[in-house]
Amino acid sequence: MTVRFGNPDRPNSYIGKTVPRPNAGRLVEGRGRYVDDISLPRMVHVVFVRSQFAHAKILGIDAEEAKSVKGVLRIFTGTDLAEVCTPWVAVLEHLKGLKSPPEHPMAMDRSCWVGEPVAAVVATSRAAAEDGAVLVEVDYDPLPVVADMMTALDAATPVLHPEMGDNLAFQRLHEQGDVDSVFETAHKVVSANFKTARHTGVTLEPRSILVDWNPSEGQMTAYHATQAPHMMQTVLAEHLDVPESRVRVICGDVGGSYGIKVHVYPDEVATAAIAKIMARPVKFIADRLESFTTDIHARDHEIDAKIAVDAEGKILALDVDDWTAIGAYSVYPRTSAIEGNQVVNLCGGPYDFPNYRAKTTVVFQNKTPTCQYRAVGHPIAVAVTEGLVDMAAAELGMDPVEIRRRNMYADDTYPVTSPANMRFEGLSHHQSMDKLLELMDYDALRADQAEARGRGVHRGIGIASFIELTNPSPFMYGIGGARISAQDGCTVRMDPDGSIVAMSGVTEQGQGTEAMLSQIVAEGVGVLPSNVRVITGDTQVTPYGGGTWASRGAGIGGEAALRSARALRDSILEVAASMLQAVQASLDIRDGHVVDAETGAKRMPLEELGRIVYFRGDTLPKGLPRELVQTRHYITSEYPFAFTNGVQASYLEVDTETGIVTLLKHWCVEDCGRIINPQLVDEQIRGGIVQGLGGALFEEIHYDDDGQLLNGSMADYLVPMASEMPDMVVGHIETPTQESALGAKGAGEAGTAGAPAAVMNAINDALRPLGAQVTEMPFTPERILRALGVIEE
Amino acid sequence: MTRIFDDKVDIDLTVNGEPVEARVPAGQHVIDFLRQDLGLTGAHASCEHGVCGACTVQVDGTSVRGCLMLAAQLDGADVWTIEGLSDSETIRDLQEAFIARNALQCGFCTPGMLVAAEELLALGGVPERAAIREHLSGNYCRCTGYEAIVDAIETVARQRAGKVQA
Repeated sequence: MTVRFGNPDRPNSYIGKTVPRPNAGRLVEGRGRYVDDISLPRMVHVVFVRSQFAHAKILGIDAEEAKSVKGVLRIFTGTDLAEVCTPWVAVLEHLKGLKSPPEHPMAMDRSCWVGEPVAAVVATSRAAAEDGAVLVEVDYDPLPVVADMMTALDAATPVLHPEMGDNLAFQRLHEQGDVDSVFETAHKVVSANFKTARHTGVTLEPRSILVDWNPSEGQMTAYHATQAPHMMQTVLAEHLDVPESRVRVICGDVGGSYGIKVHVYPDEVATAAIAKIMARPVKFIADRLESFTTDIHARDHEIDAKIAVDAEGKILALDVDDWTAIGAYSVYPRTSAIEGNQVVNLCGGPYDFPNYRAKTTVVFQNKTPTCQYRAVGHPIAVAVTEGLVDMAAAELGMDPVEIRRRNMYADDTYPVTSPANMRFEGLSHHQSMDKLLELMDYDALRADQAEARGRGVHRGIGIASFIELTNPSPFMYGIGGARISAQDGCTVRMDPDGSIVAMSGVTEQGQGTEAMLSQIVAEGVGVLPSNVRVITGDTQVTPYGGGTWASRGAGIGGEAALRSARALRDSILEVAASMLQAVQASLDIRDGHVVDAETGAKRMPLEELGRIVYFRGDTLPKGLPRELVQTRHYITSEYPFAFTNGVQASYLEVDTETGIVTLLKHWCVEDCGRIINPQLVDEQIRGGIVQGLGGALFEEIHYDDDGQLLNGSMADYLVPMASEMPDMVVGHIETPTQESALGAKGAGEAGTAGAPAAVMNAINDALRPLGAQVTEMPFTPERILRALGVIEE
Repeated sequence: MTRIFDDKVDIDLTVNGEPVEARVPAGQHVIDFLRQDLGLTGAHASCEHGVCGACTVQVDGTSVRGCLMLAAQLDGADVWTIEGLSDSETIRDLQEAFIARNALQCGFCTPGMLVAAEELLALGGVPERAAIREHLSGNYCRCTGYEAIVDAIETVARQRAGKVQA
């Protein structure tokens, strides 16, 4: 099973081409079908009454007045739902020591963050449910609040979950080499404190679920905006006591996810529990305030880190002390310790150096739970690493490109194991850097910067190399006991007219999964991509799979699709060889025709083969296999993860009077292995970069000392809009993974991983002559003016 | 109980070229009326206070936030949504350019984005990229990073300007 990727003129050469997305047409016409577009007969709406306190005992809930609202049907409390839904505990065995208490779909007798669901009001309309919700009287007795991360473990701080003993959720120390003695003797040591703000995903489509329970069939159907339909099938089945075969999760169009929609949310499980109790369809659509208070948050880290270098700029050691606070519970089932764990795994990633120590401390607090969000841990690790590398270069008077060149793993050194014990199969840091410098014309940019400086204009260039974790194996979750599938499957079948249907366990949230799969299947079988209908997001139809997260769709879902397509091709050719009295190996399928492999001469259209197999099977030899449907599953096994690499650059201008940063241009060169659709990869990179730029310049969830979220609207939590964003130049190096025939790694998170560090380094490049430096994201005008001493405390 | 205000309002309007008569709750927003009462689910509710632009529709030739206008204000109005703009082929070139340039990913912002883009394009000429970005500054897209959207709109502006000159 080989595809001759080296030959662009090979037959059916759709892998590697820009092919339009089959689902884009309906979306531009407003014909998408998102969960909130669906209405079912007898459907009711649920609205949640949410805790207004970060930590409070719930003494009582009085729903009498709410019940009097016209249209309100029922009101549920946590104890009502506990009768049909079991609680969950979000830990993973391989993250040793990780702890978290049982969590219910709604608070039982205590609320632990502002926004935690406390009661549910079900009504015939959303408006009536909202009217009822404001009339539910909850009697709270406020408890002491754990709000601050760095004091969470202090003896004076109350313990959030007394049965857990302390506020420590997880801690991990990784140490390699002799870090302490290197720091004592090194030529230069540079240290800094970094902060990355608490973010949230701000999906334009809020979290949405519509659950129908049909007791007469014992069947639950959930229309869900999710990245992992099979995981949700398993979760709903387990906690609501339904066989997995009777839980159908349908994931149609999803209006943005970025990791936000891959988690188990209490209110969504509550919706399913209510549907099971009421035996009718129940819809929950989060409003925007609920999105801010209850979508997972991420990236709330504070890091003390230092780097030791010798006189030639060689990195000798890196020491990272990372802290993060994850809210009141570890999020099910992926857990909230992964982000800190990733920081330990990823710091120093591009560099060949001997001594490494990294520690992450993950604490509980009374805030919205945090969990995995696009590029999990990467933007933090890249900012720390690249920030320190730039600071070391400045100390040495060395160009930031030069110090990287002296430390990046050589392109011919692979396979290699990093000081963090990450195994790299094949990366291209030097080629990527060369290409970046060429694309950005580094020397000309430096000249422009100097010219601007002469005019009193402060411009900066920032470089950030990075690695990205993609194609995860069961080492990510499965070995820890989570029922999250690292394998994925695809079923490909030929219909009588020769058209092809492919059903895949990976899902589409706009990144182009269905286009990518259509190209692979088209090439694998030998038909036009437009003749491949791709079906995703229906657990009753598609093979069991993990869905779309951790940049696995193309690398794992794509390989399963290629293998199933090639298997179907073989099945077709076996029948064709019999019909044509030919040797199977002498035949091929091209553009929907069985052809002579040597000459390309058409022998038979697939339509004719379909007619015979499906309607005149009597004319075929008795024992001839004729299954024109094939399923293959794929799982990685050689490496725990397929790492990719890349490098980004930012060019920007800092107004030293206003503190405003203007992004002039941005570049990214990355290596995601085999590129299946160049345009889709480029747009993943661009979208990812802008998400990273948001974190660098704008995005920050604010809480006060009482654990009250202060900026729960899109007017107050700033996201990147068109007018502030730069044009971006994207380039590629291709180092295919040898693990799969396809050779694809992931591309969905590279942009987000490197952009904040590139911007930070560019700002500091601009400010350095002024003696100022920023390391606390986002780099707001206020923080820049404070760094410049224009504003003082 | 004395009623000072009517809580239902009768409206008579045109939506996508078709006559509509309705009796709407006084507090109902345009976006909920279009989506829930008329089944026009192309425009989306998202931020619910006029910041994100996902609910953008055309009312009397101007782009309007469906979450900031009440359905009761639509009496006598001429409303166009993405469904009508698609059926009438008014923005076919723009839609094709969005597909060709992959100027959409999840598609949730796209109907509002297209209405906003058409408002700019209807002014004629070929706007600068900065002007396109500025015009879109009330339409949030989390997926694309905006560049592809700007490219697609610029392409259509050029195409239309070429046609006008020819």
